Amino acid sequence: MDVKTRNILVLIIIIALAYFMIKPGSDYERIEIAGSTSVQPVAEKLAEEYMKDHPNVRINVQGGGSGMGIRTVQQGVVDIGTSSKALKPDEKNGLKEYVIGKDGIVIAVNHQNPVDDLTTEELRDIFSGKIRNWKEVGGPDAEIHVIVREEGSGTRSSFKSLVMKDEKIRSDAIVQGSTESVKQAIKSDPYAIGFVSMAHMSSDVKALEVNGITPSETTIADGSYPLVVPFEFITRGEPVGVVKDFIEWVFSPEGQAIVRSQKVVPAIANVSDDT
Amino acid sequence: MISKTRENLIEKGLFITAIFSIIAIVLIITFIFREGIPIFQDYGLINFIFGIEWAPSDGKYGVFTMIVGSLCITLLSLAIAVPLSVLCAIFMAEVAPEIMRKILKPVIETLAAIPSVVYGFFGLIVLVPYVRTNIGGTGFGMLTAALILTVMIMPTIISVSEDAIRSVPLEYKEASLALGATHWQTIRKVIFPAAIPGIITSIILGMGRAIGETLAVIMVAGNVTQIPSSILDPVRALTSNIALEMGYATGLHYSALFGTAIILFMVIMVLLVIANYFHYKKKIVIGGGYL
Repeated sequence: MDVKTRNILVLIIIIALAYFMIKPGSDYERIEIAGSTSVQPVAEKLAEEYMKDHPNVRINVQGGGSGMGIRTVQQGVVDIGTSSKALKPDEKNGLKEYVIGKDGIVIAVNHQNPVDDLTTEELRDIFSGKIRNWKEVGGPDAEIHVIVREEGSGTRSSFKSLVMKDEKIRSDAIVQGSTESVKQAIKSDPYAIGFVSMAHMSSDVKALEVNGITPSETTIADGSYPLVVPFEFITRGEPVGVVKDFIEWVFSPEGQAIVRSQKVVPAIANVSDDT
Repeated sequence: MISKTRENLIEKGLFITAIFSIIAIVLIITFIFREGIPIFQDYGLINFIFGIEWAPSDGKYGVFTMIVGSLCITLLSLAIAVPLSVLCAIFMAEVAPEIMRKILKPVIETLAAIPSVVYGFFGLIVLVPYVRTNIGGTGFGMLTAALILTVMIMPTIISVSEDAIRSVPLEYKEASLALGATHWQTIRKVIFPAAIPGIITSIILGMGRAIGETLAVIMVAGNVTQIPSSILDPVRALTSNIALEMGYATGLHYSALFGTAIILFMVIMVLLVIANYFHYKKKIVIGGGYL
């Protein structure tokens, strides 16, 4: 055996030993969470804070979309699925919904755009393609660039059910794969319009009033802002053990304070949506 | 004796790794086909490939617009990248002084190492507004995507082409110059034709990267499922379709995305066969063997 081979062997042994040393121990309680990318930041923050007080619990939060959250919790792949839309009746079977907070859908335009206020009817006409020029809603004489999220996105489906009713979103609307890229697109285009979730809102883009109501924590909490979506934790059947404890902690004042810190309106006052 | 055993071991090791990669490819193909077949059975192969409407929530799964989208973006970016890259490769291999080449080569190789999300973000922040204000449209579209892809595939084409040009035997060049040809004539009539198979290989590699690129294209192409009527129109590529909707898909929709992957696979196969055909057709036979 020459020096080289021996070195390689030693290296392999060291790697193997290191692996066994740091291998995640099985004495942890694990909670797997997956689903809506809008809920993900809140869920991550909640998980982080919860793990600080409960060192024996490991919580793993993943994205993937509301649809995936519902599907995986149904299949039992994860303990908690997250969704940024209420379950449809045909999705319900055996699932339990917890509204951990409420989020608004903000209609965002570029800061250079003089339009400040749109009604839900105008929004419907803009996103369906009936209104194609900003001057029809009091803006400059320029074509409206509609930016939407991809099919299946929780924000898109909430927007559709809240604003579009039976109308279809125009088929030639630009599709962006994430809230962040929608915002970037609007930031650089003075004639763009799109929707982003309130929790992801930033000063990059301008929020429009809808039916004369400014989106804010107050208007979302009291229900006067028309575009509100629930942030939900979903479990299959009654949660037990550490999952139950985690969900109860989320609804405690401490948990709800964290929800609020993530710009999501807490739902403590209305824990009525449980099946 | 020891060296014999060692040789034997190395041989076996190489064999095992080779077999392993073949098995991996076969498994991937089997899996994709198994998951994708239901869409062909339920929706119909012809409807799926030639349908121009993609609306999973309404049960419509036509990928034709995306086949067109993928091909358009790829061909457009090749049309821009190939002349630029090949000329750049000739310059680096034949014309540029050594010092310049020493600077250019690492710079170009760095371009290849930048992650595609960075290109995509750059495209979204810089190129999209630029195209919108200076050329027209919404900025999201075929042209923007092709421009980004051009920068992404150029390093591949340049380095492989340059290697091909440099590996043309020196005797050819010497013979040509000895006959009184100028340097440019030698490049055009001798070195370039002799390097063509290698250049075509580089184009195949570039094409592979262009058609497979997902993230950067999602960010700048607009992702609208429509047949583009101009190069400024937004399009959706096959890869973008899979990446955009995979997180949400269930049932037939899920299968339709794997169906999209099968189509992508087919498109790549067809393009590879065409490219390979030219690759072999252009091979120069010298002294009974390929160059």
